Order: sequence, then C-alpha cells, then structure tokens
Amino acid sequence: MLRTLRQRITLTDIVIWIIGLAIAGVVIFGTIRTLELHLYTGGGWIDLTIKGLALGGVYALIAMGYTMVYGILKMINFAHSEIFMSGPFTAVFVALGLSNSGFLDRQPVIALIIITLVSAAVSMVFAILLERICYRPLRTAPRLVPLITAIGASFFLQYMFRGLFGSQSRGYPTINALRGAWTFFGIQVFKVHAVVIISAIVMMLVLYAIVQWTKIGKAMRAVSEDKEAAELMGIDVDRIIVFTFALGGASAGIAGILYVILFPIVNFYMGFFPGIKAFTAAVLGGIGNVPGAFLGSILLGLLESLGPNLFLTGLNIPSPSQLKDAIAFIVLVLILIFRPTGILGERIAQDKA
Amino acid sequence: MTKRLFLLVSIIMIASMVLSACGQTAAPFTCSDSIGCVTVGPTDPVHIVYLLVVAGPSADLGIDARNGVQIAIDDAGGKILNHSIKFDGVDGGCSAEGGQAAGTQLAADPTIVGVIGTSCSSEARAALPNLSKAGFVVISPSNTAPSLTTPGSTDNYGTAYDRTAHNDNFQGTAAAEYANTVLKVTKVATIHDGSLYASELVKVFAAKFEAYGGTVTEQTSVQIGQTDMSSVLASIATGSPQLIYFPIFNPESTNIINQAKTTPGLEHAYLMSADGSFSPAVASGAGANIEGVLVSSPAVSGDAYNAFLAKYEAKFPPGPINIFHAHAYDAFNILKAAIEKVAVQDSDGTLHIPRNALRDAIRNTVNFKGLTGTLTCNETLQQSGITIKFPGDCSATGMAVWQYHNVPFKIFTSPEVVWIQGTGVIKPVTPP
Repeated sequence: MLRTLRQRITLTDIVIWIIGLAIAGVVIFGTIRTLELHLYTGGGWIDLTIKGLALGGVYALIAMGYTMVYGILKMINFAHSEIFMSGPFTAVFVALGLSNSGFLDRQPVIALIIITLVSAAVSMVFAILLERICYRPLRTAPRLVPLITAIGASFFLQYMFRGLFGSQSRGYPTINALRGAWTFFGIQVFKVHAVVIISAIVMMLVLYAIVQWTKIGKAMRAVSEDKEAAELMGIDVDRIIVFTFALGGASAGIAGILYVILFPIVNFYMGFFPGIKAFTAAVLGGIGNVPGAFLGSILLGLLESLGPNLFLTGLNIPSPSQLKDAIAFIVLVLILIFRPTGILGERIAQDKA
Repeated sequence: MTKRLFLLVSIIMIASMVLSACGQTAAPFTCSDSIGCVTVGPTDPVHIVYLLVVAGPSADLGIDARNGVQIAIDDAGGKILNHSIKFDGVDGGCSAEGGQAAGTQLAADPTIVGVIGTSCSSEARAALPNLSKAGFVVISPSNTAPSLTTPGSTDNYGTAYDRTAHNDNFQGTAAAEYANTVLKVTKVATIHDGSLYASELVKVFAAKFEAYGGTVTEQTSVQIGQTDMSSVLASIATGSPQLIYFPIFNPESTNIINQAKTTPGLEHAYLMSADGSFSPAVASGAGANIEGVLVSSPAVSGDAYNAFLAKYEAKFPPGPINIFHAHAYDAFNILKAAIEKVAVQDSDGTLHIPRNALRDAIRNTVNFKGLTGTLTCNETLQQSGITIKFPGDCSATGMAVWQYHNVPFKIFTSPEVVWIQGTGVIKPVTPP
C-alpha cells in the first residue's frame, strides 16, 4: 500500500503541494487579517463584488471567442484580443457622432443598440477575414504554425489601427442615462455595472442557446467532436468554422462596448490585457467548454476585484492593486497544477487532448 | 619657350605667395573646448532637435512644446547667426525605455548642437547619460522631477542639463498650500504611477500637507497602463479622504477620474491632478466626469504671452493643448542666445560652436526676458524652508491651480485658473 503510494506520488508532486499549501495559507492568513482590521464596510465588499462580476461578464464574452475556436480548430486565436479592440475602436466614431447630434441623450437605448451593432459587425468582419486569410490556408499545417500566424495577425491588426487612427486614446461619450445608481434591496448598484452584468448574462444565455439548441449549434458541436465524421454526415465544415469565428467576433464586439461602458477610453492596444485575461479565464474554466469559460471569467473578475484588497491589505503590502494580475495568474497556476484541465474541462480534455 | 616657361613659373610662385599671405591673416579656427566643437558649414543649418513625447497617450505634452519651439523659430526669422535652423527630432514616449532609445539615436548625430526635451522626467533620466556623453546641451520645457537638478543627485548631469519648467518642490508645495489653506481639507490621499515625476511630486505634496497639520490617509500607486482602478479607489475610500492628489498622465488619470465617480465614499472628494493631466485627451476621455477636476500647473500670463497665444492659435488651431508651450518657446530662445554668445564665425560664414562653453553660457543665463517671466538658471531659491530652485532650474513661472469644466478643452476656459500662489483665489470652487 505504502509502496504503491510512494510510486504514484513523486517528489515534484510533494514540492508542488507544499507550494500550493503555502500560497493557500498566505491567502487565508491575509484574508483573516484584513477582515480583522474592519477597514472595509459590508457595502464596500459588495461594491467590489459587483465590479468583479461586471468585469467577469466582459471577460466571459471575450472568452467565448477563444473557447469556441479552440473547440473547433484546437488552436488559440491570439488575434482575438484585436478583434475585441476593432469593434469599440471603430464604433467610437459612431458614438461621438450620435453624442454630438444629441441623439445619444435623447434616445440612449436606441443609440446604445446602434453602437453595439456597429461594434459587433466590425469585430465579426475582422474575425471572418482573419479566418479566411490567415487560418484557412494553414488548417493542415502543424499546430504551431497557425499559433504563430495568430500572434503575427494580432500585431498586424494593432498597428493597422494605430496607423489608421493614431496612437492617442479616444474617450467614449458619457451616456447620461447610465450615470448614478439604483438601489436593490438596500444595496447600491451603479447603473453602468448593472447594465454590464445584465447584458453579459443575457448574451451568454443567447450564445449558450445557439450552441446547445440550434441546428447550426449542433453542427458546431459535431465539428468540434470529429471533423471528418461531421463532414461525412453532410455538414459543411468550412461554413461552420466561419460561423464560429463570426459568433466569437460578434461576441467580442459586444464585449468591447460593455468594456467601454465600464472604462470609457479606447486605444489601439486596449485589447491586449482583456484578451490575455479572457484567455486565462477560458483556460481556468476548461478551454473548449462554454459554461467553463463563463465560470472561469466570473471567477477571474472576482479575484481581480476582491483579491488585492482582501488577501493583501492585511499583510501590509503597499499598493496591493498593482498585484491584481499577479493574484489572478497565481490562482490560474494553482488551479492548473491541481486540476490541469481547468474547472469544467475534464470531459473535453479526455476526449480531445 | 624658355621665357614662357619662366613667366608661368613666376606667376605660380607669386600666386602661391599671395594665397599663403591670405592664409596667415585669418588663422584657421582651432577648437580648444574641453568636449569639442560643432562646425556648421557656410551653407549648413544649425541643427537643433527635440526629444519629446509626440505620439501615444501623452502626445499632447510634447506636441504642445514642439509647437512652442516652432513659433520661436518663426519669431527668430528661421535663422541663428544667418544660418537656417534645422529642427527635427524623435519621440521619447514619455517613458524610460523610450528616452533611452531616443537618447542613443540622437547621440549618434554629431551635427546636433542642442536638444529641446525631454517631456517627462523618466525619459530625461534614461536619455541624459547618452546625450551628455555626446556633448549635447539639453533644455527641457516640461521635466519637473526635483532629482534632475538637485545637487549631488545621480540624476543631475550638471551643466549638460537645464530646464525652463518649474521644479516640483515648488509645485508640490503650492498644491499642498491650496488644498490646506483654500479648500480647507484636512485628509488627503495620493496616487503615483511609479514614474520619476509622479513619485517625487506626491512625496513633496504629502510632506508639505502634513507640515500644515493635515493627514495623508494613504499614499499608493497604480501601474502605467492600468485600466481598472476599482481596488485602489476602494482602498483609498476606506480612509475617507476629502481630496485625492494624483499627478499622473493620461490615460491612467482619466481612468481615476471616471472610476472615482462610481466608488462609494469618494463621490464628494476633490480630485486634483497636476500638469501631466493638462490635456484635451483627459478632458475628452473623462467626458462629463471632468467637471470640477483640479490640476496644479504653472501660471502663465502677460502681454507677451497673449501675443504668443494669438500666434499659436493662428498657426496651430484651435490653440494650446498643454501648459508647457511657453516654456518650450523660452527654452529655444535661451539656447539661441547662448549659441549667439559663444559661437565663433569665420569670414565665409562657417560657425564653430564650442560645446562646453555653450553649456556654461546657458547655465549662466541671468535675467533672461522670456514669455514665462524673467529666467535665471544659476540660482538657488528657498520658500518656506524648501528649496524650490536649484542651479539648472531656469523657471520663472508662478504656480496655479486650474479647474476643468464639462466643455471642450480650451486653455483659460476649461481648464481655467482658480488660484495663483501669492495672488490668491481667482475663482472659488464648489465642493463636489
């Protein structure tokens, strides 16, 4: 018994477990110390949680593009962050036009829908072009080739926008209808966060419904399971792949508008960090798995928002907010050490890895 | 034949003697300067470069300064000592990495006489080793970090560097004075972004504010490029500060302005940034949230400045996009005056500019009548026990606090001056 156990557990496993337990210990100790200090009120924690949920919602919509493309093609589309950027960056001109004409204030809902549609359409077009020009010719190439191409395409798109529109940041017009807060059951929720959370949840449900309950969604899942078999069953694989890119692109474009509702500035490099985070969230939840991407994104958003203040304040670490990325990525590493397939990634990993 | 040959030889000999005699009357220039001379040929231009941030999120800062220099060149008739002026340059990106790369690039060009720059203090710290080694003289219109001129500091490159912008010992003191004596706040928090400029400025501000008897509830920092400020603002809100001083650049300052409005506990705190956020990009990025935001910045005024402003608006409509255009104008003119003082000109128009003498001439500039006031570059001044001017600080401007309004950016309208140190309140501000 003991010999079997000794054979199954290596020294590396023990070291990893010790590191993991040490980090968990620091997190628990920091959390207890922070809560003992009573620095934050209950309202403060709720506010940070709401902000984390809003951020997580945006990550979830971006992560959908990563996870669906991975599910179908087994490739990481690193240019997805620029697809995310292209929508709101283009739609800012429409938004400014609507704002200058006064339409944004007179009809905020219609204006917001127009801006969102423009953003989604632009991101979708770029996603389709990317698939057609960069990835389709390389579909039979070794897996590293489209990966490197994606990185190249990412830089190309970034610097194309820089060349076309300049390197300066542009501000999105303020939507007066979204200023202020609502109160639900005594909890103050700023309108921007409420709108982003609700929109993200609705969009995720729509995407999930498309993938699960529509004919084309069924075809997507079939291609994802076995491309050759799906083709033999009469599914047009190329069309499904294009549809997947289009759906992921539109989702990223909508995420872009939700992102600028939270942080109303656009620039040509704005996609980089949200893209990395969404990719992280997709891996966290189990890459290739739609509910996993949602779960991973919400978890990452909450960790980023609550983590620095909750884990580090009590440890007297100066400027803890600067370590929010570190916290998020340490958690990612820990989860991947103890659960390499991600939170919901077991089935996918077994079937396709 | 012999006679003709004799005649030819005689003519050649006489011509040689005449030419030799001419040469003796005008001895060729010999450079005795310890770090060398720049020779500008009779038809060559005097090469002056800029190292400013002219691209990216902080571009307004450098473009505004470059515009100021271009107007100064126009006012000089485009010439120094009858030589045309070649004015070009490189982007320093307002970062240490950008400054180092730009400094290395410029240092390879021996035709450069002087550098107008840098825009940001971190850029200067990284660029100065190369620029100084190359023998250039550098005059910055907008570096304000105290360590660049503090005697004994490792960032102080002696006479290789001067600036027409104020020293932040001055700005930090003035901002603290305004917060305490005019706004009457007793609790403040500060945010910097790790840059040389911001970290030194908040230090001076916090020290002075505490000297007034106020409390600094938190001194924290954000990362350059950070978008989500929720956790840093939530942390600051726990101390219930009445004012947040965040002398950082766009877009981080814009993100703080926007997100402070959705942070419980900070809805009624004054938001005060500094000259790094004096920019249309901040105003447009913050939209309606910009209303009431304060910035500490130099005060510029006077008839000469008003005349300059008219030229600026005509040449670069709709007008200034930062506060350091007049400082850049003065920086160029100080450099020009120093070149005219030390240059040796041959009869054919060739200019010889001794580099070290040029540095000394700039450092010894006294009572120079500029747009920003009367500039002196070699004095030490104290105010309330704090040294606000070291040798190398040529600045003559007073400090002011400006306030933004929710209207398109236009200097003196939004932001408008609400207080000038020494003069007092120009316009009372309404608490947020």
